[in-house]
Amino acid sequence: MVAHILRRLIMLPVVLFGVSILLFLILQLLSPEQRAVSFVTSERQMNQLDAIIERYGLDEPIWVQYGNWLGQILQGNLGWSQSVRMPVAQAIGLYLPATAELALTAFFPIVLVGVWLGILAATHRDKLLDQITRVLAIVGWSLPSFVVALWLLQIFYGGLGWLEPGRISLNSELALGSPSFKSYTGLLILDSLLNWRWDILWDVVQHLILPVLTLTIISSAQLVRVMRSSMLEALGQDYIRTARAKGLYDRVVIYKHALRNALIPVLTLAGLVLFGLLGGVVITETVFNYPGLGNWSAKAAVQLDIPAVLGYAMFSALVVSLANLVVDITYGLIDPRIRYQ
Amino acid sequence: MQKIFRRLTKNPLAWLGMALLGFFLLVAIFAPVLAPVPEGTGYVLGIPERIPREGFAAQPVPPNSEHIFGTSEGQYDIYFGLVWGSRSAFLIGMLVVTIGIVVGTILGALSGYFGGFLDTVIMRFTDIVFAVPALVLAMVVVTVLGQSLTYVMAAIALVSWPTYARVMRGEVMAIKSREFVEAARALGVPVVRILSRHIIPNTLVPMLVVASLDIGSVVLLAASLSFLGIGAPLGFPDWGQLVSFARNWMVGPPGEPLRYWFVSFFPGLAILLFVLGWNLLGDAVRDALDVRAG
Repeated sequence: MVAHILRRLIMLPVVLFGVSILLFLILQLLSPEQRAVSFVTSERQMNQLDAIIERYGLDEPIWVQYGNWLGQILQGNLGWSQSVRMPVAQAIGLYLPATAELALTAFFPIVLVGVWLGILAATHRDKLLDQITRVLAIVGWSLPSFVVALWLLQIFYGGLGWLEPGRISLNSELALGSPSFKSYTGLLILDSLLNWRWDILWDVVQHLILPVLTLTIISSAQLVRVMRSSMLEALGQDYIRTARAKGLYDRVVIYKHALRNALIPVLTLAGLVLFGLLGGVVITETVFNYPGLGNWSAKAAVQLDIPAVLGYAMFSALVVSLANLVVDITYGLIDPRIRYQ
Repeated sequence: MQKIFRRLTKNPLAWLGMALLGFFLLVAIFAPVLAPVPEGTGYVLGIPERIPREGFAAQPVPPNSEHIFGTSEGQYDIYFGLVWGSRSAFLIGMLVVTIGIVVGTILGALSGYFGGFLDTVIMRFTDIVFAVPALVLAMVVVTVLGQSLTYVMAAIALVSWPTYARVMRGEVMAIKSREFVEAARALGVPVVRILSRHIIPNTLVPMLVVASLDIGSVVLLAASLSFLGIGAPLGFPDWGQLVSFARNWMVGPPGEPLRYWFVSFFPGLAILLFVLGWNLLGDAVRDALDVRAG
C-alpha cells in the first residue's frame, strides 16, 4: 500500500511535466512576435517587441526556451494576464475562493440526488420508476450546461425576478469591504457566519441557488447510472440472499447490506466530480457571471489572453491529477479487497 | 450479430434515438430546399458561411410569418440557423469522431500489439491529455491558433482520440494472444497485415459503441466553445452560437419579462434533441451488447 502511494506520488509530477510540454508545444505554433506580446504589461512596450524577444530568449532553440519557460513556472511565475491586468498566479489566487465555494456547495446535492435516484432505479429494476429514472439520466446527460443555465436564468431572473446572476448583491459587497467585516477564508458563506452577518449569508445563498441547481441537473446524471449498476450488482450477491432469508426487513437489507458495498465505485466518481468542479466550471460560471476561475478563463480566451488560459490549464491539470491520486488512495483504504502490487 | 440487432429493435428508446437522428439527418440533407441560401453567399465545407440577416438592429424580433422562429440578436434568422446548423452538427460530430477513431486505432493498436516502451510512451501521452479537462484544453488550442471551424475541430480531435486509443489497446491485447493471430504470425504474415486484416476488424463493435456515445459529447463540446465565443466564426450557422445570442436578452421590457424566450429556446432544444438522439442510440447499442457501464 505504502509503495503504491509512493509510486503514484512520483507519477504526479511526471504527468504535470508532460502537460507542461504539451502546452508549450501548442504555444510554439505562434511566432516569436506573437509570443512576445504575452510579456507586454503596458501599451508603451508594444514597440519594443524585439527587445522583449531578446530579453526572454524567444528566438533561441526550442529546448532552451522550454527550460526558461518551465523555470518561470516552477518559480510560480505564470505570466501576465492582460485581461485582468495582474500576474496569472495572483489572478488564480483571487478567483479560486469563489470557485471553491460553488464547487463545495454543489457537491452535496449532486451526490445526494445521484445516489438517491440510483438506489430508487436499482430497487425498482425494470419497473416504471426505473425506466423514468434512466430516461431522466440520459436527458440530464444530454443537456448542454449553458442551455440549462440560460433557461433557469431566464425563468427565475428574467421572468419571476426572484434570483439574480453574480455572486453577491451590491449592498452586501459594500458591507464586505467595510473594516468591521473580517475576511477569514474567502468563502463567503463561512466568512458571513463567522462575522454573524445573516443578511450577507442569505444574499450569498440566494446567488448560489441557480448555479448549484444547474450543476446538479448536469452532473448527477452520471452518478445515477453508476449507482444503479453498482447497486444492482450488490443486490445480486449471495450475502443479500442470506440477509433476506434471515427475514431482515427490505429497508435493512438495502440500506445496510447492499448500499455500503455499492457505494465504493460511486465514491470514486464523486471524488472526481468534486475536483472537476474545483478545477473550474467554465460554462456555468460564465452564464451566471459568477466571478470564479472558469469565468475568468473564458473571458481571457475571448480576449486572446494566452498566459491566462495556459495558466488556468496548468492549474486544472494539477487539480485533476491530485484528484486521481486522492481517489486512488482512498479506494484502497475503503475496500480492503483491493491490493496493490 | 442478429441477436444484437433483435435486442436493439426491441428497445423503444433505441427507436426514439433513431427517429430523432433520422429527423435531423433529413433536415441536414434537405437544408438547401428547407432554407434556400441567398445568392453570393460563400460556403465552408458545404455550409453557407453566414446566416442571412435583415438589417443590423440588436433587438431580437419574435416569431412572425416571415421568420417562423423569429430573428436573433443582430437580426440573424433563427430558422435558417437551425436548419443549416443540423448540417454543421453532423459534420463536426462525424469528422471529429472519424479523426479520433483513425488516430486512436493506429496508436492504440501499436501500443497494444508491441507493448514495452512504445506502449508506455503512448499511454503516458493519453494520461497527459486526460489530465487537462477537455473544454480547457480545447480552449487553449483555439485561443492560440485563432478562431475558425477547422481549428475547433482540430482542438476537439486532440482531446477525443485518447479514449479510442485506450479502448483499442485493451481490445488488441485481448485478441493478439488468440489462436488465429498466433497462426498468422507463425505463417510469417507481416505485422501490418496481421493488424489490419486479423486484429482491427475484430475490434469494430466496441469502437463503434464508444463512437456512438462520443458523438454527443463532441457536439456538446463544439457548441460550448461556440457559446463562449471562441468556436465557429460570428454568423456561422451553428446552434451553440445561436444560444449565445440570448445572453444579452435574458430580461424583456417591463411588463413583458419573457419576451425574448425564442432566442435561446429553439437552438437550445435543437442541441438537446440532437445529443439525446446519439446518447439514446449509443446507450441502446451498449445494452444490446451487454457491455458494462464504465
